[in-house]
Amino acid sequence: MLKDITIGQYFPGESFVHKLDPRMKIVLTIAYVVMLFLTNNVYGFIISVGFLVLSYSISRISFKMILKSLKPIVPIILFTAILNLFFVNGDPLFKWWVISISAQGVKLAVFMSLRVIFLIAGTSLLTYTTSPIELTDGIELLLSPLKKVKFPVHELAMMMTIALRFIPTLIEETDKIMSAQKARGADLESGGIVQRAKALIPILIPLFISAFRRAEELALAMECRCYHGDEGRTRMKQLQYSWRDAFSFILISVLIITVILINMFIKTGSF
Amino acid sequence: MRGRANEAIGGIKLPAIIRTEGLTHVYSEGTPFRKVAVGNINLEIEQGGFVGVIGHTGSGKSTLIQHFNGLLKPTSGKIFVDGVDIWENKQDMRKVRFDVGLVFQYPEYQLFEETVYKDIAFGPKNMGLSEDEVDKRVHDAVRFVGVSQDLLEKSPFELSGGQKRRVAIAGVIAMEPKVLILDEPTAGLDPKGRDKILSQIKEYHEQQQNTVLLVSHSMEDVAKFASSVLVMNNAGIYAHDSIQNVFSRVDELEKMGLSAPQITKVFYKLKQKGFPVDSDVFSVKDAKNQLQKMLSRGDSGKC
Ligand SMILES: Nc1ncnc2c1ncn2[C@@H]1O[C@H](COP(=O)(O)OP(=O)(O)OP(=O)(O)O)[C@@H](O)[C@H]1O
Ligand SMILES: [Mg+2]
Repeated sequence: MLKDITIGQYFPGESFVHKLDPRMKIVLTIAYVVMLFLTNNVYGFIISVGFLVLSYSISRISFKMILKSLKPIVPIILFTAILNLFFVNGDPLFKWWVISISAQGVKLAVFMSLRVIFLIAGTSLLTYTTSPIELTDGIELLLSPLKKVKFPVHELAMMMTIALRFIPTLIEETDKIMSAQKARGADLESGGIVQRAKALIPILIPLFISAFRRAEELALAMECRCYHGDEGRTRMKQLQYSWRDAFSFILISVLIITVILINMFIKTGSF
Repeated sequence: MRGRANEAIGGIKLPAIIRTEGLTHVYSEGTPFRKVAVGNINLEIEQGGFVGVIGHTGSGKSTLIQHFNGLLKPTSGKIFVDGVDIWENKQDMRKVRFDVGLVFQYPEYQLFEETVYKDIAFGPKNMGLSEDEVDKRVHDAVRFVGVSQDLLEKSPFELSGGQKRRVAIAGVIAMEPKVLILDEPTAGLDPKGRDKILSQIKEYHEQQQNTVLLVSHSMEDVAKFASSVLVMNNAGIYAHDSIQNVFSRVDELEKMGLSAPQITKVFYKLKQKGFPVDSDVFSVKDAKNQLQKMLSRGDSGKC
């Protein structure tokens, strides 16, 4: 149940996509999002989708995982679609009472929903193929110019690493505590709101206690290994760009330029 | 069978309190992490037995026992408690949980109440018992696990690790389940504390005539306290038999990464070397008896 949450889940692998430098992967993801938002034409869309399908195939992440990542945002997609469907003005296709649906509305609803779907599918690939540690390393390095203006980049990245590291642990712990209390007859599934809130106490208290204990232990362990923040800290794994990163960078640049050219010169099939 | 309860009625087979049919559990189905933790298990646990459950790390012991009170739902297969399929009627699941008490690995993490008393009373209260009955059960339970009455009004978080463990076990015992399952109740305790907790559980078992399943990594403990052994290996059941029959297969156990009690191994070797001893010696006490017998016969002259 709790374990089925997949956001931020990493699937280890050895593919081209897995081996990309995390910095480049973040940049590529941002570029992909930009491309999606630049697209206002069916042909441009085909390019984005092609890029997505290609990336998933190369990384050997099952397409089923796309569906899994979309599950939590179904309400958002529906909301966007309905909003567009009813509130875009144009030649009415269908009219009843105050409701009118236009051809433009239908088009936009479909287009916007697809855009959100591809957005989530694309960004999920980043977390599917990049371990949380690599990801925060990448973010830290990409943001490191901000250190010049005294922005605590390293501290933030460290906090993120630790938080990411502990999400699965805490989920597992919650599962375990829930099981233990259920074994003592705790009833978590029935009753009104007040009763249900009360039923959470036997779970939340042990969870908080163990979270604090873990935090304390971790702080102690870090201090014992002389952690003292960013200054003078070196890395065991230096990130290094390779031909893969150059290739992907060129590819996405070409694709974005193509999308822009299509927008400028092809007028059929635009939204 | 060495089972006390079984001997008492002259070897007549008692009805199974827990029975499984083709029980299979798969974790993370449909992802690259798919893992069959228990596969196609058919077993019967007799009413009134004290069963030791052993198996190497990751062999599926914890997964298996969490099916017995319906905490995990089998991917396929059935579980019967007292002859009733527990997943047939989900409304009755809470009753199953009161009948089959489960103490988890490191159970002290489940403590949450302000006082030890209230924490132990959590289970019995959920059963809907009267105040008097709850009070009686709490006091009985702390007596069984050897926690002093003065601790009852203390906060459970002020106790030592061993005391916490006892209180957590008491929280389950207080429900007076027909089947008590303990998942490595002595992990991380000192040897003396371990022996004490297990003796107390054994005593409790003898008084209540209930069924106990003890998951343990210590063959010595299993040999000392259990009447039969369930050996798990790679998500399946390798053997389910009496202590003698299982621990006499020393070689096979070694291959699985398990081992018979040390004293058994010593006697196994002695027998191989041609000494006139039995190899089914499972405790130091047995060993002493054997040696005395051998020495008094005076045929130890070979050495
Ligand atoms: N919640 C879970 N999700 C995924 N896999 C799991 C989960 N729990 C256990 N497993 C896997 O199932 C297998 C059996 O685990 P289980 O905890 O039942 O073993 P065990 O025999 O109790 O081991 P130990 O002696 O170490 O307690 C292991 O390979 C483990 O990795
Ligand atoms: Mg276990």
